[in-house]
Amino acid sequence: MAVVTYRDALTQALREELQRDDSVFLMGEEVAQYNGAYKVSKGLLDEFGPMRIVDTPITELGFAGVGVGAAMVGLRPIVEFMTWNFALLAIDEVVNAAAKMRYMSGGQFKMPMVFRGPNGAALQLGAQHSQAWESWFAHIPGLKVCTPGTPADAKGLLKAAIRDDNPVVFLEGEMLYNTKGEVPDGEHLVPLGVADLKREGDHCSVITHGKMALVAMRVADDLAKEGINIDVVDLRTVRPIDVEAISRSVQKTNRAVVLEEGWEICGMGSQVVDFIQRECFDDLDAPVLRVHQEDVPMPYAKNLERAAKPDAGKTIAAIKKVMYLD
Amino acid sequence: MSTEAKRAPAQKQKEKGAPSNNGADAAPANKLAETTPAIRLELLHSMLLQRRFEERCAEAYALGKIGGFCHLYIGQEAISTGVMSMIRPDDYVITAYRDHGQALARGVSPRAVMAELFGRADGCSGGKGGSMHIFDAKTNFFGGHGIVGGHVPIAAGVGFAIKYRRGNQVCVCFFGEAAVNIGAFHEALNMASLWDLPVIFIIENNRYGMGTAISRSTANEDVLVRAQGYRMEGESVDGQDVFAVRDCMARATERARKEKRPTLIEMRTYRFMGHSMSDAVSGTYRTKDELEENMKRDPILLLHNRIFEGGELTEGDMHKLDDEAKAIAQDAWDFADASPEPALEKLYTDVYADTSS
Amino acid sequence: MATKVTMEALSPTMEEGRLVKWTKNEGDQVKAGDVLAEVETDKAIMDLVARGDGVLRKRLANEGDASPIGTLLGVIAAPDENIDAIIGGAVPATAAASAKPAQANATPQSSDQSQSEAPAPPQQKAAGPVAAAPPAPRPASPPRPTAPPPPKGNGARPGATATPGGRQRSSPLARRLANDKGIQLGGIQGSGPGGRIVKRDIENVKATSGAARSAAAERLAAEGDFKDVPLTLIRKTIARRLAESNGPVPTFFLTAEFDATRAAELRAQLLEMGDEYKVSFNDIVIKAVALALAEHPEVNAHWLNDKIRHFNRIHVAMAVAVEDGLITPVLFDADRMTLWEISAKARELAAKARERKLLPEEYTGSTFSVSNLGMFGIDQFTAIINPPEAGILAIGGVEEKPVVINGALEVRQRMRVTMSCDHRVIDGATGAKFLQTVRRYIENPLSLII
Repeated sequence: MAVVTYRDALTQALREELQRDDSVFLMGEEVAQYNGAYKVSKGLLDEFGPMRIVDTPITELGFAGVGVGAAMVGLRPIVEFMTWNFALLAIDEVVNAAAKMRYMSGGQFKMPMVFRGPNGAALQLGAQHSQAWESWFAHIPGLKVCTPGTPADAKGLLKAAIRDDNPVVFLEGEMLYNTKGEVPDGEHLVPLGVADLKREGDHCSVITHGKMALVAMRVADDLAKEGINIDVVDLRTVRPIDVEAISRSVQKTNRAVVLEEGWEICGMGSQVVDFIQRECFDDLDAPVLRVHQEDVPMPYAKNLERAAKPDAGKTIAAIKKVMYLD
Repeated sequence: MSTEAKRAPAQKQKEKGAPSNNGADAAPANKLAETTPAIRLELLHSMLLQRRFEERCAEAYALGKIGGFCHLYIGQEAISTGVMSMIRPDDYVITAYRDHGQALARGVSPRAVMAELFGRADGCSGGKGGSMHIFDAKTNFFGGHGIVGGHVPIAAGVGFAIKYRRGNQVCVCFFGEAAVNIGAFHEALNMASLWDLPVIFIIENNRYGMGTAISRSTANEDVLVRAQGYRMEGESVDGQDVFAVRDCMARATERARKEKRPTLIEMRTYRFMGHSMSDAVSGTYRTKDELEENMKRDPILLLHNRIFEGGELTEGDMHKLDDEAKAIAQDAWDFADASPEPALEKLYTDVYADTSS
Repeated sequence: MATKVTMEALSPTMEEGRLVKWTKNEGDQVKAGDVLAEVETDKAIMDLVARGDGVLRKRLANEGDASPIGTLLGVIAAPDENIDAIIGGAVPATAAASAKPAQANATPQSSDQSQSEAPAPPQQKAAGPVAAAPPAPRPASPPRPTAPPPPKGNGARPGATATPGGRQRSSPLARRLANDKGIQLGGIQGSGPGGRIVKRDIENVKATSGAARSAAAERLAAEGDFKDVPLTLIRKTIARRLAESNGPVPTFFLTAEFDATRAAELRAQLLEMGDEYKVSFNDIVIKAVALALAEHPEVNAHWLNDKIRHFNRIHVAMAVAVEDGLITPVLFDADRMTLWEISAKARELAAKARERKLLPEEYTGSTFSVSNLGMFGIDQFTAIINPPEAGILAIGGVEEKPVVINGALEVRQRMRVTMSCDHRVIDGATGAKFLQTVRRYIENPLSLII
């Protein structure tokens, strides 16, 4: 297995799928000549030409709708948002058009498209550029929502998302692009809706997704030194969500901490906790605790930003609490 | 099944090939828009069908057979009929929520449309769409969209796909004059022009965005200025005159197919009914006088008079044509009424497509 | 201006009170200071007095109800005053905290704000801490905004805290495990927050023949031959305090030395009458215990967490040593058996026990136990209570001892017995009286055979 960055894994996925199927095209701001704001589409314009790697005006609503129209005719658009913060301008096309077209038409139309781009806070980008949107899109029936945390998952999920006949919201971690990891050689697909047990332990389950999967793995490694072994359930896809994997783990450990990047109220964790209370009521030895961003817009100052974000320390504290060790 | 066999004029005309002009009216500016007596009869039939169908919708709504929002097309039929008569079966149509008339003119089964309005299993969307979401993949009728302006970028996307596949179809996109103020409209026009997309954007200017007159909503009432803003060809035509609509469409389709350029057309029209069924026909935002004045230019009357004056049609023919339209509307009603409600398990289908790969 | 009648802290240590009796009816005119009701605290029965003038418009608690401090019990108001808002918002103090918004870092200390105004779910869920309410009604004050949690937190709030005097907290898993193992949660001191019983607490309990015990409980319940005694507040307080101090079953021991001379003589005389009349000291003790239990039903009892069950029928278990342990076959209705029936049955059961042929219904369902190690030369020991029974009697060996009787030294046959008592059920004096009765029977053995 080769060790590659998360960014290169995504580029590989794009390249392989563009090569595989000429109905696949990529559009978005700065994706072509500039090689992508985050260089995910580096080199693709040269290889595939301007009809398939399309620079758009700064007009998120418009080009998201263009993607929807193209998908209705059977193309497989990949719509890149420079960041998901800008995608709020396009939410009508994602939610009202892409997600519902099949249902409203009684199944007459497929919507084989991917909306992708970086999600979540980076460093000191301030309130408008530091947000995690998964719970917004996971709320919508008709959408699928991927949140890969590792290069291997990023590649495998993106390839599967491009091949999916449904609109997929693909949330990449802005802070993950430079992270490295092993990616299987050759064709590598990760099915949507299947969680991955990233660490195994009996003492507590940490259920997470996206960038926080890395934090959870670090926590697992740290706690192992103290003799505490945790399950890290990386959901990878938050819609459809792998309830079985969650239940399996919690039924084993009897305790759970749900870790996410977004805010508390109506966050992904709220839903996970609901699944746990329904599926694992008699298995719980402690209330499920959540770790998430503090309930404030992201501040700019370094120390405040650090305090606002979920992190390893907060996660460890929560784990010890549900284990009655604090 | 005689009603099901009735095709909209667009399809019949194309099957017959280029028409010759021996009609009563003056030759149109564009040869493509020339009509024969048979075509003119088809045009009249299409418009009558929409009128009678919509009248029955109003009745069904009053009886509670149709629920929710229901926007009738009465008064605007020359636009749908004129536009559809000028495009090919492999072209694409996308529209807003006032979509029954356009669907019928495009050739969507009246039975399927009425069953959809009744919320029945045989509706074109299986009863899941409703009045505002008429879809028919067979006739490339891409919906019925309920968010003002939201479908305009989708039309650009269809145009993008045509270009991507090097096709020579066009995509026709209908919306009201109130949509010209929304961002999606501007974003779509910009890209359509920037990328040379074969899209015909049609503003059906019936002068009211729901209850707000254009003068109260739009800084520049000359909506065609928006075409210039995006370096796009624009035309304004009398939307009550089906021949004028055809003439204009002939130019726009040629521009799209040959020059790969989009067009923005303003079709001036008037809605004879309220915005939706829950809205008074007149009184709050427009006067009865204004309504009556405009109803003198009923597009069906105008077409009827043109044909009648040319001696192509007797009053008897007219009655027969009207009776046929009424019969089709009645058949659609009976069919819809007899169609079962959607099976409850359908609630959960069509949310996602099965991906087989 | 309406005045609320709430459960007041009428003793320094009470956490809830039982409304024994209303002394005013709805509609009665009352003045501040009038006695409205009698309330049983953990110490005594006290008067609850009116804190305002008016008409006792509404009585919200029934006689016999136990309510935490702060609970709205009634409303005093002018005859025509609208009291719907007060009654509508009437919630047990316990519910107020759980109704607080999620961001309120609720603690019992911070939740004393205008509880009765807060709309709250009618039932308290495990998630809500119980509010410690003011001892007397205070003027309604607007809710204090609760300070947001400091950013150090992980957003997790304590899910449950102690319910002093309230119900036992336990995790869903702990409840399931306890049920599976036949363990009674009542005797367990939880190690989680606020005394919550969690998995590890269950694992620390030795599950002894759990399934059998629950079967026995069922059988005893089915027989219906018992009297349930609701826990008085003092009994609850004793139970909780003692369990806290002395483990799940707070046990104390009473030792007495009986004179078994006459019992030994009787035994010898019976033996002379033939083998069929042969009885053991153990048989004599069982018979004596059974008869004594009949006189002391409060000892013939089970601790059932929320109540004590006094049995009318007497089923005495006897501990029998077997090769790899101990088993307790039961002499059902031992008080109605003759000494010889006891003797025969005991021999039969002991033999079956050693052959491992006892059926479950033969070793479950006892109401009291006797353990005898006299035959091993043990002169005194303490036995472990077999929950949910309230006591066990440990019998030492009978041996000759010099005893001073009426100023003269005599050699007598003596037997030492030690009774282990669950203090939640049996108090020292109760146990002592029971032992006096046992002594009376042992020392007057003829009473055992007539």
